[in-house]
Amino acid sequence: MNNQSFERLPGMRWTALGSVLCAVLVFVTACATAMSSPSPAAMRSALSDLPLTPPDPDPRIGLGAGSGPLGIGAEEASWNLNLVSNTPPPDEFVGVTNSDLGFTGNYAIQGNYNGYVIWDISDPTNPTLETSYVCPASQSDVSIYKNLLFVSGEGLGGRIDCGVGGVPDTVSLDRLRGIRIFDATDISNPEYVANVQTCRGSHTHTVVTDPNDAENVYIYVSGSSRVRSPNELPGCSGGPLEDDPNTALFRIEVIQVPLAAPQNARIVSSPRIFDDLTAPPRHAEPAADTAGQGARRAAAGRGGRGGRGGGPPRQRTGPTQCHDITVYPAIGFAGGACGGYGLLLDISDVANPRRVYAAADSNFSFWHSATFNNDGTKVLFTDEWGGGGQPRCRATDKYEWGADAIFSINDGELDFHTYFKMPAAQTELENCVAHNGSLIPIPGRDVMAQAWYQGGINVFDWTDPDNPVEIAFFDRGPTDGTRRGSGGSWSVYWYNGYLVSSEIARGLDIFELTPSAHISQNEIDAAKTVHFEYFNAQEQPKLVWPPSFALARSYLDQLERSSGLDTDRVMSVRRGLAEAEGLSGQERSNALTELVSDLRGAVRGSSDPRKVRMFLGAVIDLGATR
Amino acid sequence: MKRLYSPGLLLAVFAVSLGSCGGAARSAADLEALAARNRQGHSPADARFMANMIPHHAQAVLFAGWAESHQASPALQIFCARMVVAQRDEIVTMRSWLLERDEPAPPAEYSRMRMPAGADHHTMPGMLTEAQLNELDNARGADFDRLFLKYMITHHEGALSMVDELFGSYGGAQNDFIFKLSSDMYADQTTEIEHMQVMLDTYPSGG
Repeated sequence: MNNQSFERLPGMRWTALGSVLCAVLVFVTACATAMSSPSPAAMRSALSDLPLTPPDPDPRIGLGAGSGPLGIGAEEASWNLNLVSNTPPPDEFVGVTNSDLGFTGNYAIQGNYNGYVIWDISDPTNPTLETSYVCPASQSDVSIYKNLLFVSGEGLGGRIDCGVGGVPDTVSLDRLRGIRIFDATDISNPEYVANVQTCRGSHTHTVVTDPNDAENVYIYVSGSSRVRSPNELPGCSGGPLEDDPNTALFRIEVIQVPLAAPQNARIVSSPRIFDDLTAPPRHAEPAADTAGQGARRAAAGRGGRGGRGGGPPRQRTGPTQCHDITVYPAIGFAGGACGGYGLLLDISDVANPRRVYAAADSNFSFWHSATFNNDGTKVLFTDEWGGGGQPRCRATDKYEWGADAIFSINDGELDFHTYFKMPAAQTELENCVAHNGSLIPIPGRDVMAQAWYQGGINVFDWTDPDNPVEIAFFDRGPTDGTRRGSGGSWSVYWYNGYLVSSEIARGLDIFELTPSAHISQNEIDAAKTVHFEYFNAQEQPKLVWPPSFALARSYLDQLERSSGLDTDRVMSVRRGLAEAEGLSGQERSNALTELVSDLRGAVRGSSDPRKVRMFLGAVIDLGATR
Repeated sequence: MKRLYSPGLLLAVFAVSLGSCGGAARSAADLEALAARNRQGHSPADARFMANMIPHHAQAVLFAGWAESHQASPALQIFCARMVVAQRDEIVTMRSWLLERDEPAPPAEYSRMRMPAGADHHTMPGMLTEAQLNELDNARGADFDRLFLKYMITHHEGALSMVDELFGSYGGAQNDFIFKLSSDMYADQTTEIEHMQVMLDTYPSGG
């Protein structure tokens, strides 16, 4: 547990709502407890009377710094989020970067540049160390599928034998760059069973399941590091595509892992997803320049760089690899964040993904990762401007730089809507830029949590792609007040009711959402009904909500919030739901059927008929549940 | 040759396998000691890379900083503004890293005084000569754009070759911090080269 917790009290400077709001903020935990029990007065609004607007001034600005390798003692600020535990890393990972997270059952697997840690998070208030595995190689991106654990290796010091001595020789058969495979059937004692070496190593990877292939799981390997010598890994070469048809540039790798024989994992294809890529019009290019677009030649056939030493322009430019790929098998698409472009990939043939669209943006420096909304109608790309080690959330850094960009997906094309960035100015000492996150399964809305390194984590609603709204946050002061340290959240993902964050320096953080004007207790309860057996953020699962009163009430809360139904109607429906919940069996079904009949007529008169139908669907499903 | 790993790391690993875990109370001194043992050392190639990249970046910051005063196109001005921020930040990072390790750190600002016209002493790959800087400094508008893009592409390619040299050196970039910083530069500048090439293609007479 974190005993350094410090709730900032900005209330002294508030003028509008003054100390009442301040008290509400401070006692947010008490409120949560009171609201989580079913209210007997069900006719009352389920919406919170907490303020819609974030605290002003923003309590994240000017937080005091911590010290030491764990950044202990830094001040904290939170809004609508409660830190339920912070668990520092085990001894052998202190002072070494914690990276990405994967989940299975009651376990969180946390990558670290020195290996990985497996936490038992059955009790989110007190995670316990299940085991740790020392096996250095940055950046140890982790994923898990059934009993198999996959770990990325890209750094030059990664050894095949997991040794800690590094690999100082420039060419060495001891070096591991690629994917390590562990059999974690016994989660407390994973067994290193295989590895698959790749020419450029694996910066990140994506586990992909093929609905038509139950025997294998697939891995897309991403990473834009230098191609290694063929003397180290036969067949590797990094020449321009035109001169070197087998070049390891301009392609991704697809590994097939036989579930029954993971030791036989191998690269089965190296799709050239950048073939024929011409530079698309760059969004947000200033007018004086877009006028020249017609004069632009296709990027293919120009410049670029294939090997070492500069030299004359090469035949081909454009990205030579992706940084990360998020697949969404339920819709058959993937979002590829690939250097200067965001790609939409068709993955219906899993081993042979195909590019269907490419987007570019003048404000984007380096396309880093992607998250789809649950309907698959939108995708959010992040720009990891500067790579994550730099302070890019200062007051002087533009909002559009190092931010997210939200696109709608229309007939296989990406249409830009707007940018979103964690809005609180951070200091020169805090590395901060857009990083990894995931959807929170709040029904009927697109809500996600995102990590911003030392800019903390935040939760925002991007249901309206033109107006994303921040609705919760947590932040700490710098890890170190004297120098530019490294820390903050690498990634934050929703997993079975909680937000779990990998803190680069401080270990594992677990948060719970607290009810607010933006998220009701019903919506939190409904989110908690979605249960994953396992979760890898880059393989996005389709969220499906089992029938529940919380689900129906979530839609009702949203209708009340948007005035999609008039207040009297909302109250009478709430009363009807409460009465039905008090019944059982056929009586409950009858009551719910009656509720549906009464409300059908209101669909047409509603300003949000779609949401009313979603509510009716939830009630009908509830009525059919025994 | 400095050790890439201190022998303490091995001790730390074995100590942990004996059963300590994250929940144990550890003093600030314990934590500092653990971090010191867990973190890798660095090689001469790492320090050389950092020291050489500082003037390389500093020169880029100098002439990218001319975009506005030399009436570059709006798109190039935005590109340059972002690049100046990026490379200035990296200079701070590199200087801090060197100073914390008692390694000599070159100055953050590029000094044209140290590179007299006609001098052809040691510079880093892709860096502009004083004559080229003067040529660029005298250009305005579309001429500036074209010349800038041509020179900055070469400048960036020089940076990539410096990363190549680091990775091709004994003990180079074994240190995670160095690997990450150099890889980030490699990725960013590769992406920027492509962006600049597309901008250059905007000009019918460019390239």
